[in-house]
Amino acid sequence: MRKTALSEEILLQVEKPARYIGNEVNSVVKNREDVAVRFAMCFPDVYEIGMSHLGIQILYSMFNSWEDVWCERVYSPWVDLDRIMREQNIPLFGLESQEPVKDMDFLGITLQYEMCYTNILQILELAQIPLLAAERGEDMPIVIGGGPCTYNPEPIADFFDLFYIGEGETQYRRLLDWYVENKQQGGSRQSFLRGAAQIPGIYVPGFYEELYHEDGTVSGRRKQYKELPDTVRKEIVTDVSDTFYPLKPVVPFIKVTQDRVVLEIQRGCIRGCRFCQAGQIYRPVRERHVDMLKRYAVEMLNNTGHEEISLSSLSSSDYSQLNELLDFLIDECGRKHINISLPSLRIDAFSLDVMSKVQDVKKSSLTFAPEAGSQRLRDVINKGLTEEVILKGAALAFEGGWTRVKLYFMLGLPTETEEDIKGIGELSNKIAATFFETVPKDKRVNGKVQIVTSTSFFIPKPFTPFQWAAMCTKETFLEKAYQTKKGIMEQLNQKSIKYNWHEADVSVLEGVFARGDRRIAKVILEAYRRGCLFDSWSEYFKNDVWLQCFEDCGVDLDFYTTRERADDEIFPWDFIDCGVTRQFLLREWKKAQEGVVSPNCQVQCQGCGAGTFQCGICPTAP
Amino acid sequence: MKIRIKFSKYGTMKYIGHLDMMRFFQKAIRRAGIDVRYSEGFSPHQIMSFAAPLGVGMESRGEYMDIEVLSMDGTQEMKEALAQVMVEGVEILSVSILPDNAKNAMASVAAASYLLQKKSGDYPTQDLAGKLQAFLAQETIPYTKETKKSVVELNLKDGIYELAAVGDNAIRMMVNASSSGNIKPGMVMEAFCAFAGVDIPAKDYQIIKLETYADLGHKFVPLDAV
Repeated sequence: MRKTALSEEILLQVEKPARYIGNEVNSVVKNREDVAVRFAMCFPDVYEIGMSHLGIQILYSMFNSWEDVWCERVYSPWVDLDRIMREQNIPLFGLESQEPVKDMDFLGITLQYEMCYTNILQILELAQIPLLAAERGEDMPIVIGGGPCTYNPEPIADFFDLFYIGEGETQYRRLLDWYVENKQQGGSRQSFLRGAAQIPGIYVPGFYEELYHEDGTVSGRRKQYKELPDTVRKEIVTDVSDTFYPLKPVVPFIKVTQDRVVLEIQRGCIRGCRFCQAGQIYRPVRERHVDMLKRYAVEMLNNTGHEEISLSSLSSSDYSQLNELLDFLIDECGRKHINISLPSLRIDAFSLDVMSKVQDVKKSSLTFAPEAGSQRLRDVINKGLTEEVILKGAALAFEGGWTRVKLYFMLGLPTETEEDIKGIGELSNKIAATFFETVPKDKRVNGKVQIVTSTSFFIPKPFTPFQWAAMCTKETFLEKAYQTKKGIMEQLNQKSIKYNWHEADVSVLEGVFARGDRRIAKVILEAYRRGCLFDSWSEYFKNDVWLQCFEDCGVDLDFYTTRERADDEIFPWDFIDCGVTRQFLLREWKKAQEGVVSPNCQVQCQGCGAGTFQCGICPTAP
Repeated sequence: MKIRIKFSKYGTMKYIGHLDMMRFFQKAIRRAGIDVRYSEGFSPHQIMSFAAPLGVGMESRGEYMDIEVLSMDGTQEMKEALAQVMVEGVEILSVSILPDNAKNAMASVAAASYLLQKKSGDYPTQDLAGKLQAFLAQETIPYTKETKKSVVELNLKDGIYELAAVGDNAIRMMVNASSSGNIKPGMVMEAFCAFAGVDIPAKDYQIIKLETYADLGHKFVPLDAV
C-alpha cells in the first residue's frame, strides 16, 4: 500500500491534505531500482497553482516517457505544513515516491514570476539542501532553474547550480545522458557542471563572475574556464507539431486553478507589444498543426475525464486554423458535455459568434486589453488596438446580449501624461455609452451595463524595448491610480464603471527582481531569513521587512527601478541570446519614444533577429 | 436507467473529502466512457448522488453512489470499465441496476455499521466485551452534542442497534445513519469512554465504515440488496 511521508496526525491537521499525498490519476510511480536518474520537478508555489502549469505537465510526461528517468512533482508546502516540517525536521519529499528530494539526482525549479523567489529558498531549506550552490556537496541534487525568469537569472544565480534557458523539450535528454555518463566515470559534481556548460542552452552561473563600474552598473563578466561560452543561446523547438506533448496529464483530486485540459495551440506571438516580455522571448511564433491538436484534444479528454478544455497561446486569434479547430471542438465537446473555455480572443463578429455557442452569454463577460488610455500612448507601446475597434466590438457584444465588460490598462508607461490617464476614464465611459446607444431600454436584461476597469503598474522587463525605461516610484504609481479613479468618477456613466488597481509595493519589488543583478541575491536571502515567503500572496507579502532588508544590505532599490538606462549600458542579462537582438530592441525603444508603431510579423518582418532559428513565421524558415 | 455503485475507500484516499470524491467519480465516469445521463440546462452535470458523505480520515468498505445512464452493456462490463480508471484506495465492489421507482441512495440510508480499530495495541479497558454490554444495557445513554450554536442533550440508546468487541483492539457497531437520527461512531465512543471511565482520543483508532443499510420495514439490508 502507498506510504505517506507525513504522518496521519499531520495530514489530518493541515489544510487540504490532498496537496501532499500524490496518487493522482496519471501520476507516475516507478521502481526506484529500475531508473538511473531521479528528477524532482518543482513549481515553487502552492499545489493548486503549481498543478495548473502546462510546462511542468509537458516535462513531467516527457521525462517519465524515458525508461531510465523517474520524474516526480514538488510544490511549496503551505504555511501550516511549512511550520510543522521545520518543527519536526521533516525533509521535503516528492509526491510520487514520498521520499526525500535530497536523495534525488536533480531538483528542477520553474521560475514563472519574480515574486516566487523566497519560495525557492523555502524549497531548498525544507529539502535540507544548502541554499547557496557553492556550499552544496557531492551528494546533493543538482539544482536547475527554468522558465521565463531565467532570461535574467542573475538575482537568483547564487542559489542554482545551472539554468536551462529556453524550451525544455530539446536538451534535457542530452543533459541527463551526460549526468549518467559522468557518474559512471566517477566524475565529480564540478566535472558534471563543466561538461553541462558545453550543452546548448545550459548556463552554469557559478563559473562566471559579474563585474561592475564605479557607478554600480555592470561592466562585464569574467569566466572561470576558457572553454566556457560567452553567450548562452535559448533553446527552441523548431517543429512544434512533431514534439512531445502530454497525452495523459496528471488529474488532481482537489480543485486547482486550471482544472481542465490545456491545449497549447502555438508558441510565440506576432504582435510585438513593447512592454511584453513573452512577446519577445518566445519568438518566433510557431503554430501546431490543427490535425495534431484535434487528435490530442480527444485523447487528453479521454485520458483525464476533464469536463473542460481550454486553448492556450499568447494571442489565439492569430492562430491561422482557429476556425477549423473551434468547429471541431464545438462538435466534439458538445456531444460529450464538455465545456470549451476560450482565452481572450480579439472581440469581433467571429469570436462573438463562437463565444455565444460555448458560453452562457448572460453569465460571461468580455475582456478588452487596450493597456493605455489614449491612441498616442497605445502607439508608444505598439498595441494595435484602436478605439474604433474596441467600440465596434463592444457594440456587437451588447447586441449579442453581453452586459459585462472587463478592461485592462497599465499605469506608468513610458511618456505617459495626465491626458493618457484621463483617457482611461473616457474610454470606459464611451463603452458604457455604447451600451445605452445600442440596446433599447426594453431589451436591457438587467437594465444596466457593468464595466470593470482594472489597472496594473508597468514594470520594465528584460528583452523588451522598454528594458531601458525608468519605472515609477510607489508614490507616483499611487498618485496615478488616484488620478485614474478621479477621471472615472467625473464620467457621465461612472455608476456603471467599477475600478480596481493592483498593489504598488509588490510591483516595485518585482521591478527590482526583473532587472536586478547578482547583488540582489543577498537581499532575497536576508528577507527569507526574516520570514518573507509566498510574496505573491498579498496576505503574506511583508513590504516593511523587504524595505528594511534592502537598507540593511546596503542595496539601493531605486538604482534598479527609477533609473532610465543609457543606450549602451551593459545589462546583467546581455549574455543571454534569445534570438531577438539588442539592436532591434533599441530601435523599437527609439520608435516608441517617437510614437511610431511597428507592423506585426504577419504584415512585415521587422528583422528582430529571431529568424536565426529558421522556423515558424520567419521568412528565413525553410 | 438507475445504477447503484458500491465502492470502498481506504489508504491515502481517506484524506480526500466528499466533494472531491464526487469530482473524482465525475471524471472517472467520463474516462470509463459510461453513457451517463446529464441534467438539462446551459451547464449540464452528471446525474449522480451519494448515499452519505464520508468524513475525511475515515475509511469505508461500503460506500454507495447512484447514477443514471442512457445505455449500458451490462453491470459486469460497467464494473470492469470503472475498475480500469480507479486509483489505489478506491475499489468498485458492485454495480447493480435499480428499479425505476427506487428511492435514491441518500434517502434510502437508515443505518451503518462501523469498525473502530485501535491503531496500535489494545483498548485500555479490562473486559472490553463485558463493558460494552453493560454500556448498552443502560436505561439511557446520554450524550451532549455541542455545535457552534447550541448544546443538545441526546439519548443514543435507541440509535445503537449493535455494539460488540472484536477481540481486544476493535469495536464493531451498527447505528442509526438516517438523516433524522444520524449517530456518528465517535459519539458512541465518547459516551462509552465517559461510562467506562477511560480516555480514548479519536486519533488512536481508525474508523472503518463496513456497510450502509436501507430499512425494509422488518429488517436492514445493504443498499445494493434493495
